Amino acid sequence: MAKYIFKRIGLMLVTFFIVTLMCFVLIKLLPDPIVCTPTSAGGNCDAMYAWYNAMGYNKPIMEQFWIYLQHICVGDFGIGTKMYPMQSVGEIMSQKLPATISVNLWTMIIGIPLGLILGTFSALKKNKWEDSVISVLVMLVISVPSYVYCFIIMYFFCFKWNWFPITINNGTNFFTPQMVASMMPAIICMVLGTIAGLTRYSRAELTEVLTSEYMLLARAKGLTRAQATVRHAFRNAMVPIFPMILGEIIGLLSGSLIVENFFGIPGVGALYITSINVKDYNFFMFLNMFYIAIGLVSGLIIDLSYGFIDPRIRMGAK
Amino acid sequence: MSDNKKVSVVNNNDSQFDLKLPQDEFAFIQKDEKIYDQKFQTKKIGFLQDALIRFSKNRGSVIAAVILLILILYSLIVPAVSRFGVGDYDQYYTNCAPKVSENASGFWDGTKSDSVKSEMYYYYNGFGAVKELKGTSTYYSEDTGRDVTMYNIVRDTYKVGFKFDTVKKDVVDELMAYDKTVDDSLKILGPMVEYSYIDSLTIDVFSKSTLKSFLARDANYYYQVDRYHNPIKDLQGNTIPIYITDDEGNLSYYTQFTDAEGALTNTYQIRLNYDNYYVYKNGHRPYNILGSDSTGYDIFTRLAYGGRLSLLLGVVVASINIILGIIYGAIEGYYGGATDLIMERISDILSCVPSIVVVSLFNLHLATKVGPVPSLLFAFVATGWIGTASTVRMQFYRYKNQEYILAARTLGAKDRRLIFHHILPNAIGPVVTSSVLMIPSVIFSESMLSYLNIINLSSRDTTSIGTMLSEGQATFTTYPNNILWPCLFISLLMICFNVFGNGLRDAFNPSLRGSEE
Repeated sequence: MAKYIFKRIGLMLVTFFIVTLMCFVLIKLLPDPIVCTPTSAGGNCDAMYAWYNAMGYNKPIMEQFWIYLQHICVGDFGIGTKMYPMQSVGEIMSQKLPATISVNLWTMIIGIPLGLILGTFSALKKNKWEDSVISVLVMLVISVPSYVYCFIIMYFFCFKWNWFPITINNGTNFFTPQMVASMMPAIICMVLGTIAGLTRYSRAELTEVLTSEYMLLARAKGLTRAQATVRHAFRNAMVPIFPMILGEIIGLLSGSLIVENFFGIPGVGALYITSINVKDYNFFMFLNMFYIAIGLVSGLIIDLSYGFIDPRIRMGAK
Repeated sequence: MSDNKKVSVVNNNDSQFDLKLPQDEFAFIQKDEKIYDQKFQTKKIGFLQDALIRFSKNRGSVIAAVILLILILYSLIVPAVSRFGVGDYDQYYTNCAPKVSENASGFWDGTKSDSVKSEMYYYYNGFGAVKELKGTSTYYSEDTGRDVTMYNIVRDTYKVGFKFDTVKKDVVDELMAYDKTVDDSLKILGPMVEYSYIDSLTIDVFSKSTLKSFLARDANYYYQVDRYHNPIKDLQGNTIPIYITDDEGNLSYYTQFTDAEGALTNTYQIRLNYDNYYVYKNGHRPYNILGSDSTGYDIFTRLAYGGRLSLLLGVVVASINIILGIIYGAIEGYYGGATDLIMERISDILSCVPSIVVVSLFNLHLATKVGPVPSLLFAFVATGWIGTASTVRMQFYRYKNQEYILAARTLGAKDRRLIFHHILPNAIGPVVTSSVLMIPSVIFSESMLSYLNIINLSSRDTTSIGTMLSEGQATFTTYPNNILWPCLFISLLMICFNVFGNGLRDAFNPSLRGSEE
């Protein structure tokens, strides 16, 4: 087991390195003129030129990558050039993360139980009208692009009925109740997708388990339907569901591009879009690495968690 | 005997000897006997036919397929037959409500319910935009400390009234000649106005100049208004016109500009009734079937162009991905071993790059060189084939060791023949059906990226639904019509593609036969 984990982590690091290198080279191939006006760099053009020189601005790309790697290893991801000029990328990122985490955390706190409950409910009522209604709703929510329900929620909840403020509150403390209330429309938009995905998935898993032979045995030996469902079916169905939830929990760092952009949440997703639009390649590179890392780590944890949650699955067994 | 067949037989002792079998000793033993087996009463059903039958039993999928067909026809036909091109817009008929035909009344007649303050009510009424006054309501405004009366009106959004225009002498003559031939309600030129009354108002100088410049921007104010733009009324309660009149009381229909020296030039300012001018220019009154957006584009036409782009991109990307995926997956799966290991590592690494990263990088690199649409296509293809490749690889692993492949190989079939004639047809079912589901995901990514302005697909020749949405987003609380139709179109498209694709997948999966009933 330990050997397998180490192998996977090693493989992950190699992949991460290669993909990062690819991104770095592709970004460095783009023209990146040093834009420095007295206002843009806080009046400190010399410092920006010095920084560019230190990063090997006119050197070969591979040499620049080596310098970049050295900086990364001590936690220095560069500075903003076009947005947040002369400010540390890592620092800005740490300011942006709380908003994203807050929105995603609430999404998960609301979405996961609701998704599981709805999925279980419709699995138990399989092929009855309740199941059909839930299935159709789930299909609608999954198919309809998220910006469409952003529009709907914004229009009705914020504008027509005035339930929530149209813009989110100013401030940097994203965990106060007022702040969460003002972020509620965004949370609702994101929670719909989470609920729908989880409902569909858990319904599929649970219906499969509920028709297994051992469920019949459990009923035959005298368990009530509720007991059999909770003790036998639910636990077995959780084997594939739990890793999926785990993956989503890691994904909560990455945020949603659309929702953050739409509701003006100052989070990671909004930062990424701005970095593309203003062509700030330090932020762009860092955020690319960030997304790649999240994808890799969540993939790894999902795979490993199968082994931990279900002793029948042996990891890396030949 | 000459017709005896020589058969070589290898016996247990590995020694060969010739066996002579005379032809006339062979006889049919069953030729004239009656066979008592019963013929099949049922009709033969092929794989495709069976899939079709089971697909048509799935009512939801059939409905989705029909709606999908309508949407596809709409986006293919409308750009060809529409009165508007994708870049045609009218700068005055903006944010109009849907109007199905020139003389529509009742449903979708270009009217909109509105609740406006009194000055806007008189403003709209001044050029006949108010179709119906439903009533008034009064509330107390905390900001101004006064009661505010709101007029609930039904407003014709295709009435924009008078606009100032700067033209040459021949245009003025042309329009004046036209005005003589039509009755009053269709006359284009309106009397010119002057704002000298403002000087006699009892307000400060700054407010006077603000009011003056405000009125000079809008040709629909032909009556005296106060600083809040409310009409000033005479003793009878009528508005007081501010037309320019000469000494004999004749109205003036143009003013002539002067140049720097004060000499008269060939440039005239006129106040034209744009609604009538539109009829004069186009021969019919304006109408946009689904309304117009905030620039004045026809939504019905633009939507079709956007849908066409989305569908085209979806279909092209899906087919390229399938072809690439099949070739890649077939090579991986068929040869296995080291080839498989290396190729699998490559696709593993590629699949780790988030698609948003790929798209932005491709866009930054290629958009200026080959255009935004091809660069987006490359980006979607760059990592899109991986899913198909792994499906094909799995199928190849399943089939390549089966006996019929061994038989074909024994008979001397080459690798290429084995791959494309013997294994691929078995593997192609799930690939093709999954490709139908690839189309909506491409459409979604495309619209999302253009909505987020990461890519800009809008140009003189085309537009995209995402662009329409991001353009309409700024004013969507006041003009929800601008984003309603793009949202509706893309939602319908996605829902139908998903339902249709799932139905197709189930229909082409023979193992599900009989499980639906």
